Amino acid sequence: MSTAIDLPYAKRTLGNGLDVLVHEDRRVPIVAVNLWYHVGSKNERPGRTGFAHLFEHLMFEGSEHYNGGFFMPLQQAGALLNGSTNTDRTNYWEVVPTGALDLALWMESDRMGYLLPALTRERFETQRGVVLNERRQNYENRPYGMALMALSASLFPPEHPYNWLTIGAAEDLRAMEFEDVRTFFRTYYHPANASLALAGDIDAERAFDLAEKYFGDLPPGSKPEPVSAQASVSREARFVLEDRVELPRVYMAWHSPAMFADGDAEADLLADLLANGKTSRLYRTLVYDKRVALDVSAYQHSRELSSFFLLASTAAPGQSLTDIAAVIDECIQQLADEGPVEDEMERGLAQAEAHFMYRLQTVGGFGGKSDQLNAYNVFRGNPDFFAGDLDRYRRATAESVQRAARQYLAFDRRVLLSIVPRGQAQLALPGSEPVAVS
Amino acid sequence: MGVDRSRLPSPDSDPPFHFPEIAHHTLSNGLKVRTVEHPGVPVVTIIVQVNGGLGSDSIGGEGLASLTADMVDEGTGSLSAIDVSDALARIGAEYDVEVGADVTMFTVTTVARFASRGARLLSEMLTAPSLRADDFDRVRQLRLDRLKQLKDLPTAVAERAFLRLLYPAHPYGHLAIGTEESLRGFSLDDVVRFHASTFLPWRATVVAVGALTHPELLEIVEQAFDGWTGEETVLGVRLAASDFVPDVSPSPQLAIIPRDGAAQSELRIGHLSARRDTPDYASLLVMNAILGGQFVSRINLKLREEKAFTYGARTGFDWRRGLGPFSVQTSVHTAATAESIADTLQEISALRGDRPATATELSLAQSSLTRGYPRNFETVQQVARSVAQLALFDLPDAYFQEFVPKVNAVTAHEVTRVAQMYLDPSRIIALVVGDRSATESSLAGIGLGEPVVLPPA
Repeated sequence: MSTAIDLPYAKRTLGNGLDVLVHEDRRVPIVAVNLWYHVGSKNERPGRTGFAHLFEHLMFEGSEHYNGGFFMPLQQAGALLNGSTNTDRTNYWEVVPTGALDLALWMESDRMGYLLPALTRERFETQRGVVLNERRQNYENRPYGMALMALSASLFPPEHPYNWLTIGAAEDLRAMEFEDVRTFFRTYYHPANASLALAGDIDAERAFDLAEKYFGDLPPGSKPEPVSAQASVSREARFVLEDRVELPRVYMAWHSPAMFADGDAEADLLADLLANGKTSRLYRTLVYDKRVALDVSAYQHSRELSSFFLLASTAAPGQSLTDIAAVIDECIQQLADEGPVEDEMERGLAQAEAHFMYRLQTVGGFGGKSDQLNAYNVFRGNPDFFAGDLDRYRRATAESVQRAARQYLAFDRRVLLSIVPRGQAQLALPGSEPVAVS
Repeated sequence: MGVDRSRLPSPDSDPPFHFPEIAHHTLSNGLKVRTVEHPGVPVVTIIVQVNGGLGSDSIGGEGLASLTADMVDEGTGSLSAIDVSDALARIGAEYDVEVGADVTMFTVTTVARFASRGARLLSEMLTAPSLRADDFDRVRQLRLDRLKQLKDLPTAVAERAFLRLLYPAHPYGHLAIGTEESLRGFSLDDVVRFHASTFLPWRATVVAVGALTHPELLEIVEQAFDGWTGEETVLGVRLAASDFVPDVSPSPQLAIIPRDGAAQSELRIGHLSARRDTPDYASLLVMNAILGGQFVSRINLKLREEKAFTYGARTGFDWRRGLGPFSVQTSVHTAATAESIADTLQEISALRGDRPATATELSLAQSSLTRGYPRNFETVQQVARSVAQLALFDLPDAYFQEFVPKVNAVTAHEVTRVAQMYLDPSRIIALVVGDRSATESSLAGIGLGEPVVLPPA
């Protein structure tokens, strides 16, 4: 059996600018509703970091015509729902039984059009407290939890919106003003800055009718100015951060091509062949053969303005980060000099093809088909990219991956961060400056 | 045109839910096989579920089941650990091992055209692992190092200590990974013996689900696993962890593991409560949904939406073949530690008496459990896992079909009854992993006695 790996869809843009995408899949009597707003922490400014995400929390607190918690009626209808914010976008989704689709659209459209009348200072204060706890739980109280904060601050200058993490600085969250909510909502939360995807037990005509019915009369608003910012690293910067950890870990970070740009897929393949699975070069050398590290990972963090490539490895007890870094450098050098072998390319492609196939199994939620259509539509202006996305991996060659290693993983343009147990700064890579995060 | 915004649209009723047919087979070697056709995306999941999980570990020998499971992908026949990993990657397979309380699950998911290769590989790994000394040393060392790392992770510290408090001197009373002492005590022979006595075709069930027909799925499994033989090396009847009745009288009721300067306190609150085969299962699910099993539930609304003490709080049953715990899991701001525990205890007590479930809460819990039920069976992985659960808990094939009506039949009176029967404030154990000096004095005031200080990990 051979099925084309594709994600068919229909698209229509409503008069107010809302993009509507539909994908039909009748296997299960559910419909996924997925709504993206093209706003994230990249739209924030220094001193006000964390606002986009805090705002996402407020979207669950009620709107003018249903002035209560967003979860209640949807949970009552059997929906699964959530939302998330990252640097580039904010998404909201529900997976509902087919018969509850009207309810989900009613509620999504109500908070898109009529959020502000229901927002109170009290709800704002509560969610500020919840977010501060989210920050404590996922960053402050988690081993190595502050690493990305330190790395982002080193890779990007203070005025670049990737300088801070989406969760924001605690002092900024504390300083946030209730009044800022209005401006933010009016600027970013309207049909012209949103994309609605419906996937599952529904056909395109009915989906378009429903979208028109619930969202069609919301006022358009003007598309926000696109954010642009530049960043580069022109040296090898070394930092150390002391943390409540038992074992030291080294991070290496490089600037890399933006999401979907030339070289982005190659960087992704590079990450896999360096550190994904026992067969990968670094796992095999550091963990399997030499046994100097407990783990190693690599990931191309693809983002809208620019990406970064991140490598990390935790030292086995008594092993030095300096030795681990030397092995990593040797491995990168070899890739830059000789490129990957055919075997590695075949394996990488087999994995990419299978993963695209797995991605077609779920209609909703994070990473489901509705979310994927929105990602293509918002970041490329066109949802027609599932097959094209896979093609990027099919087109990659040993030469193009080698070129990527040379071009992006340069030793003299990177940030090295050592995270070491408290009071043991001497375990960091030599020449590391202390860095402060809070 | 225009929407009536004066009221919410009422959802239409749901079509009746049908679970696809499960075909049963037993191979000549005693291996039980269950297949399910799941058309759509051409992918296949194969699960091998072996009877024997962390509960099979002896006291002092904690971690052996998990260590053995980990050795399965370390080589077979002429293939080294690296070769196995390579073979899996070449068919784009996702391989996963999960060591539960009663069983261990090995899962391979791959594209349909590689299903035979995936099944054969899984069979070779499970039935003829190389179990080499060098691999054993490396894998054990990685686990020892991992244990060291887990000492930094408040959730892991809490889970480990809480199991010990719940199950003193019981085979369920530890994490699958074991302890430093037990891991150090193992030799390769222990793994070889455990494998030989546990990985036997008549102790296992294979579940195959995918975009193929029953006969095709069966043939794939049969060709891969038909040659699996084994000798019964253990004499007599082997007791399972679920056969041992745990002591349910807790001592102490309040414990703290110091983590100085911690931004939050990691909390576990609960006690041993129910076995999966309880006739009250459906009522307990509804009761849990009302108390803390979902976003709109008493404990989450109280601790998160009303007081902003936490990013979230959840309650749940850890279902096992033997007696398993009911517990609350959350991480709260340090200053709110004692009040969070007190509020939780109050909510548990209230559901048993002063504030029984309301009609609205009951209907909310039932609808959220039943109306979205079909979405639990969207992917091959979900369907295969569900069918493996039937085998694990001796449930009938009609279980999924009957789930919705059973949950909908639960009454408010039933919820109160099971809350009274399965939740017992006098047996509650509360564990705090957090800043001792900042919380100790207020903890003493919540009525669970003086907090006992436990060593870290």
